[in-house]
Amino acid sequence: MIRIANAQIWVHDQDEALAFYTDKVGLEVRADVTLPEMGNFRWLTVGPAGQSDISIVLMAIPGPPVMDAETAEQVRALMAKGFAGTIFLTTDDAYSSYEELKGRGVDFIEQPEERPYGIDSAFRDPSGNNIRLTQVRELAAV
Amino acid sequence: MVYAPPARHLLRAKDVADARYVEPLGVDDLAGAAGLSRAHFSREFRRAFGESPHAYLLTRRLERAAALLRTTDRSVADICFSVGLRSVGSFTTTFTRTYGMSPTAYRAEYPPASQHALIPTCVLRAYGRPQHRTFREDRPRGRA
Repeated sequence: MIRIANAQIWVHDQDEALAFYTDKVGLEVRADVTLPEMGNFRWLTVGPAGQSDISIVLMAIPGPPVMDAETAEQVRALMAKGFAGTIFLTTDDAYSSYEELKGRGVDFIEQPEERPYGIDSAFRDPSGNNIRLTQVRELAAV
Repeated sequence: MVYAPPARHLLRAKDVADARYVEPLGVDDLAGAAGLSRAHFSREFRRAFGESPHAYLLTRRLERAAALLRTTDRSVADICFSVGLRSVGSFTTTFTRTYGMSPTAYRAEYPPASQHALIPTCVLRAYGRPQHRTFREDRPRGRA
């Protein structure tokens, strides 16, 4: 059986991303391990309380020889333009999650709106990644 | 202070257009959100995203208006004002130029919202935003 364990997003700065996802979004730190033998590579993951088997990897953009400088610059530019990826989060109460996160200083780019599939909102992380926060509508039993 | 690439400031301005199109925003406000002078901002925005901030803001409003035409029964004037545009006449003209039919005709083309597939808003907003069209139809140099 195949299951999803982690999904990765690039971040400009791991400390900044960690503070954002824990203090503002309210996720937990799952792993924060720095490996000196691998050039201080830092494996940093966060995830929601109550969903311990899934996490988001907050990955720093590596330098050479993992990634050449030009490619790293392209990834940075894509992230800054907001085209590097999206995470889809769900909540059981879109309006209260919106107020809670907004109160902690999260900048929403879409306020909660009623949609056919539920109540949907969106914000960005400091790197420019797009994060959606959706209260999915329970489909009526047919 | 964490280093952020210059485009991150341009994205902030683009996000302002997406989040606050309902307000009477203009390019000056977007330039302010990016912390750049208007002329410099317009040039840099176009370089990063391939179209002018004016065109981006206008097509965001048109995309939202088109969605409201498809999914609500609100009047054309009401929809025009609720996407941040202030002249119903120029809204109708611009909409018709962009979508090839008047707002009323556009509405009649589409089935009720309940028959649509459940596609996330971000996808609809990103793919539903129309190509900007002007009367002069600016073309890149060297193309017919």
